[in-house]
Amino acid sequence: MPKIKSLEELRKLREETIKSMRVRKSTSTKITVGMGTCGIAAGAREVMHAILDELEKRKIDANVITVGCIGLCAEEPLVTIERGGQPGITYGKINVEKVPKLIEEHLIKGDIIDEWVISRG
Amino acid sequence: MRELSLHILDAVQNSIEADANRIYVKIREDFGRDKLIIEIEDNGKGMTPEFLKEVLDPFKTTRKTRHVGLGLPLFSAAAKNCNGDFKITSKKDKGTKITATFQYSHIDRAPLGDIVSTILAILCSDKEIDLFYHHQVDNKKFEFNTQKLKKILGNIPLANINAIKWLKSYLKYNFKELYKNGGV
Repeated sequence: MPKIKSLEELRKLREETIKSMRVRKSTSTKITVGMGTCGIAAGAREVMHAILDELEKRKIDANVITVGCIGLCAEEPLVTIERGGQPGITYGKINVEKVPKLIEEHLIKGDIIDEWVISRG
Repeated sequence: MRELSLHILDAVQNSIEADANRIYVKIREDFGRDKLIIEIEDNGKGMTPEFLKEVLDPFKTTRKTRHVGLGLPLFSAAAKNCNGDFKITSKKDKGTKITATFQYSHIDRAPLGDIVSTILAILCSDKEIDLFYHHQVDNKKFEFNTQKLKKILGNIPLANINAIKWLKSYLKYNFKELYKNGGV
């Protein structure tokens, strides 16, 4: 990808993305990362960026969204994956090292990593 | 927290929780006066004078998901430990403004850290918000706001993975420029 230095360059690249968006169907995969004080202190920002990098590397289309504290602070960083209208699976104590395996198992193979799950639905 | 940018992310999450849709983040690194000033201002629901008095008490929080609110007390302690100051002003139904001042060269001052990651994490919020970012390092400035970005992106959401990729590249380049002659 070319380096983007100005908003003008962004405007040009936009056209290309719109073309590629038409080819791909819009995604139904949503990945939510808890970004309350508890999440941030536990490394949630870094986890979110590891997820973005992994999605880019593997060319997976998904929406990554940050939310506030949901009250499971001791289990942070929390990552919830929802696919195709199915109930979400929430994983606890996710760190940067666990992210590639999480994406590989859950999003590529479609297998839930049971020992990391802390809540379903 | 290891980085001031994590405190910024945390304070902005407070603004988002307070239903703000316009959030201003202003960072000023002033080597001449040996100061680092961080301002976060929002148009959220604000606080009553009574709550404002108690807001730095970790056992006061409006949240229902847990009983302690550590974010602001930690931010305040970080500033005060660095020969600095921490101020909050707030008006019910109008918004809140936080100003944290640090002695720039203080040995205990955490680095600003990965501000690009903080900005991207804010932009991925599930709430509809506009961020106005202003960063000054000595006499060099970098400014951007999401209203402009959204205009350029049109129907592509900010959280779109391609949009995030571009923004990362755009922000990284501009911060590099900002710090070209000195800075931490």
